[in-house]
Formats: sequence, structure tokens, C-alpha cells
Amino acid sequence: MVDAVVESSQLSAVGRRRRRGGIRRALQRRSSIAFFMTLPLILMIALLVIYPALYAVHLATLNKSMEHFVGLGNFAFLFKRETFWMVVRQSCIFAVTAVIAKALIGFVVAHFVHNVPSKGQRKWRGMLLVPWVIPPALSCLAWLWLFDPSYSAFNWILAQFDIDPVPWTGNAYWARFSVILVNVWIGAPFFMIMYLAALKSVPEQLYEAAAIDGANWRQRMWYVTLPMMRNIIAITALFSLIVTFANFDIVRILTAGGPIDRTHVFATWSFWLGIQGNDIPLGAAVSLVMVPILTVAAVFILRDINRRGNEVS
Amino acid sequence: MTLAITSPGDARRRPRTGSISRDRRWALRWSFFFLGVFAIFFLTPPVYMLITSLKTSAEISAATDPWWVHHPTLGNYIELLGSSQYLTFFRNSALVSIIVVTITMLIAVPAAFALSRMRFWGSASLATGVFLIYLVPETLLFIPLFKMFAVFRDFTGIQLINHWWVLVLLYPTLTVPFCTWIMIGYFASIPKELDEAALTDGANYRQILLKVFIPVALPGLIAATIFAFTVSWAQFLYPLAFTTSADQLVLPVGIFTTLVKGDVFNWGQIMTGALLGAAPPLIIYAFLMDYYIAGLTAGATKG
Repeated sequence: MVDAVVESSQLSAVGRRRRRGGIRRALQRRSSIAFFMTLPLILMIALLVIYPALYAVHLATLNKSMEHFVGLGNFAFLFKRETFWMVVRQSCIFAVTAVIAKALIGFVVAHFVHNVPSKGQRKWRGMLLVPWVIPPALSCLAWLWLFDPSYSAFNWILAQFDIDPVPWTGNAYWARFSVILVNVWIGAPFFMIMYLAALKSVPEQLYEAAAIDGANWRQRMWYVTLPMMRNIIAITALFSLIVTFANFDIVRILTAGGPIDRTHVFATWSFWLGIQGNDIPLGAAVSLVMVPILTVAAVFILRDINRRGNEVS
Repeated sequence: MTLAITSPGDARRRPRTGSISRDRRWALRWSFFFLGVFAIFFLTPPVYMLITSLKTSAEISAATDPWWVHHPTLGNYIELLGSSQYLTFFRNSALVSIIVVTITMLIAVPAAFALSRMRFWGSASLATGVFLIYLVPETLLFIPLFKMFAVFRDFTGIQLINHWWVLVLLYPTLTVPFCTWIMIGYFASIPKELDEAALTDGANYRQILLKVFIPVALPGLIAATIFAFTVSWAQFLYPLAFTTSADQLVLPVGIFTTLVKGDVFNWGQIMTGALLGAAPPLIIYAFLMDYYIAGLTAGATKG
């Protein structure tokens, strides 16, 4: 409270001084004004992101009742458990497969939309982005109902062709497939929009030059389109990799990790252990295992974004 | 399939006479055909939501054709909109989202202005840091935050967990970094001459921000607002972990935990609730699609 009063009086003092001193004084003072303008942001990041992240490291070194220090005991315990390695494998399969599928579908659909006369593009784009707009938790409920064991609408269609019902969420392999399918459904429109924007930014002259040189469509794709889109493809895929890897909603709603933990990913398993199982240190340890993988992706994104910035300027 | 993608370009660009227009027409037909197939894939769940929401429980359990409504009824809508519980979820969601959007803008816009225009010690690394913070997923933070709030209660006696307003504290961590990041981009694209002119005319920084930057960067501001709103409307993990009482829940969690219970799923009502819950973002999207897409492509949103 007192701080706030001091700050505001400082600010107004700064303002008064500036009016007297003109532009030069203002430039001298502006670093302190700038600092106060970013203060709420810095405080929020420090208190609600950085501190909890460090606190997670601390929590992960405690025993279940959080009374004494066990060092890396939680990690040692995890590394010995079969389920942990299963979760690692499943998270990787889930993220990698889903991102590749989303990127491919996004790429193909972006080309189709790009081919359509520009009058109709808006309409198609609007329709195809709908899965991205619906809150994932709510669209997952619709998928859950489409996958329902006894009333599945998909199985009804299959039954019309005399195909046996598919256990969409009942069997380990089908459940993994379903979870990935829903993730692709939600994420592919985002890729489509990004790639469409990238496609539109490729200068038409490049294609004309390539055509004059006698390039066929495969060569144009390989030597013009892909190099021009390279950065956007990389950034979008890495972003998606982070978010898909840390995904929670889809698995929690569709399978809750079942059958017998066969679809658990890091996020759902740490929720299961930490919040539902009341073993906060172990849950924190599980979620921390994600950090190295996320860091690698983040480093690459940062590199690509900086490179894109340099290209523009 | 790949042939179909590129053949119109093929036809357009290859200097060939004769069958160009016929080739193009076929390529266009294939494009429309595949777009139609993808549109069906992308729109099936929402359409199926609508179909189910118009059915009675009896019709759903009768196991007739699930893709057709034989006796359409608005019963589910009437029942749900008359239930005080559902309206509470809706109210909580709306309150949380509106407050979060306000807080986000109050934090992000001044910070973005300072970071893009007023160089100070560490401003460049802070801008990069904001972007990195945006990449921190909420699944990494919910456990330490949960414990932090429990410790906070032990020290101060203020119970944060299990109140809807705790979400107002949590959601800005998801919305502020991205909004700051894209506002930095929009502000940086404003020509320097504009604020120099304002400075020469004796405007202070507050006036420059309010009278020059915000009006000029309004499209970016709208895009950021839409992003903040949709993120806070759709968030699922934080409310699931931090709120449990039925009167404190927000929509996604409320529908999931109260309507999906035990072995008896009332699918007609679940689908109606989900559809109504998805309505606000969909309506915003329908009217402000260009801003929505501008926000998506501005900084590469989560996907």
C-alpha cells in the first residue's frame, strides 16, 4: 500500500519534471517509467510462474507427507516403475504421431484452400477452423459420446456395412488411436491456418521463374514452396509439440488414462498421482520429467523466431 | 492426392496451350471434393452434438439411427436453461473470463508499450523471457501452485482453493505472456515518427499510449482480447484441480463433473450443455473471424 503511494507520487513527480525539462529530461527518466509499466508483468511472472516452477523442484525432493528431504528419491522410485516408462513412451508416441499427422493434414488442406477461388476461401477457412474454436474439453465430450461403448454412432455406421463394432476407448491400441485422432481433429485446423498464411506469403514471381526454367510441380514444391515455408513449418510444429506433449484435456476426458494406464501421458498421470492420489511430491516429479524435452523444443523455437525476425528486417 | 493439390498450379503455370482450362476445372473439382471430405471430418462432432441435443433420453436409448432426429424437441435446452446449477456455471465462466480479460489487458498493454518503445536495462531479455514463459505449459505448474495456495492458507487463513475467483489469479499466467508478446509486435510496427511527433507536441507517455498507440494498434488489441477470452473460457485443468464445490465450477468442468456421473450418462443434456458452452467462443469467432485469425498467426498460438 505504502509502496503504491510512493510509486505513484514518484511517477507524477517524474511527469512534472519532464514537462519542465523537455524531451532530453524525458528520455533520461523514461527507463524508470518503463520499469513501472512492466512491474505488474514482472511480479506476475515471478510469483505465479518462476516461483512455482522452482517450488516444484523443491517439492519433488520431499517424501509423500512432505516432512523430510529425500533428494532424488522420488525420481529413483519413478525410474524403477514399469508404469513410468510406459507413460514416457506413450507421451512420446502421442505427441510425435499427433504432430506429424496434424502437420500433414494441415499442409494438404492449406493447399486445397489455396487452390479454391479467393471468393470461396473465406467460407472454407471459416468452416475448417471450427474444431479449433470449440473449447477442447467440450468437443472431447462429443467425441466421448461418438465413442460410447454401446451407442457409438461410428459403430452404427460400421454396422451398416456389417463391420464388427470397434472398441474405441476399450482396448489399449484403439484407445491410443482415438486419443491421437481427437488431438489431430482439434489441432489440424491450426496448422492449416498457419500454412495457408505462409503459402500466401510466397511471392508469385518465384513460381513464374520456376515455370520458365521448366520446373515440374514436384520441383516447385521442393525448391520453392518448402524452402519459403520452412520457418513457419518448423515453428508451428515445435509449438504444437510442446502443447501436445503437455496435453491434459483430451486424455483426461476420453479415457482418464485407462484402460489400465495404457493412455496416460505426463500431464494426466501427474494429476492422477498429485491431486487425486494426494502424493504431491511424486506428481511434481512426474511433471518435471517433461522439462528437458520442452526445453529442447523451446530453444529451437527461439532460434527460428529470431531467424525469422532477421529475415524480415 | 498430392497430384490434386498441385495440378491447378501446374495448369496455371506451365506454358502450355489447349487443355489448360479443362485441367484447371478438374483440379478445382478435386479440391472441392477433398475440402468437402475434410469439412465432414472437422464438422462431425459439433453436428452430432446438435443432433443429440435435440433428442429425448428415450430416443437416445432406443438405439435407432443415431444420425437422425425422429422427434425433435427443445426439452434439453429448456431444462438446462431452467436449471440454476447450469446457469451458475455459465455465470462463473462469464465472470472469470471477463475479469481475466480486463486484468490481462491492464498488465499486457503497458508492459508491451514499455518493452517495444522505452529501452531500459534488461528490456530485450525481458521480452524474450515473456515469450519463453508463454511456452511453459500449465501442466507443469498446477501441482506447485496447488501446494503454494495450501501453504498460503496455513499462513494467512485465506482459503483460495475451491473459490471460482482463484481462477482469476491463475488464468493471467496463461494469457498475459502471449498478449504481451503479440502487442509488442503490433506496437513495434508503429512508425517511430508518430510517437516522436507526439513527444515534441508535449505529450507524456500516458497520452502517447492512450491517444496514439492504442487507437493505431486496435486490431492487435482486439485479437489479443479474443485470445484472452477464448483461453480463459476453455481452460480445463486449473478449474478441475482448484475448484470442487458445484457452485464454484466453471462450464467445462461443471458439465464434465456434474452431468457425467456414475454409469448413467444423460447424453442429451451433456451435448446441450456442451453446445451452449461452446456458443460464446463460436459467436465471437463468427463475427470477428479476421481478428481471430490475425491473433492466431501473429505469434504462433498454442496448437
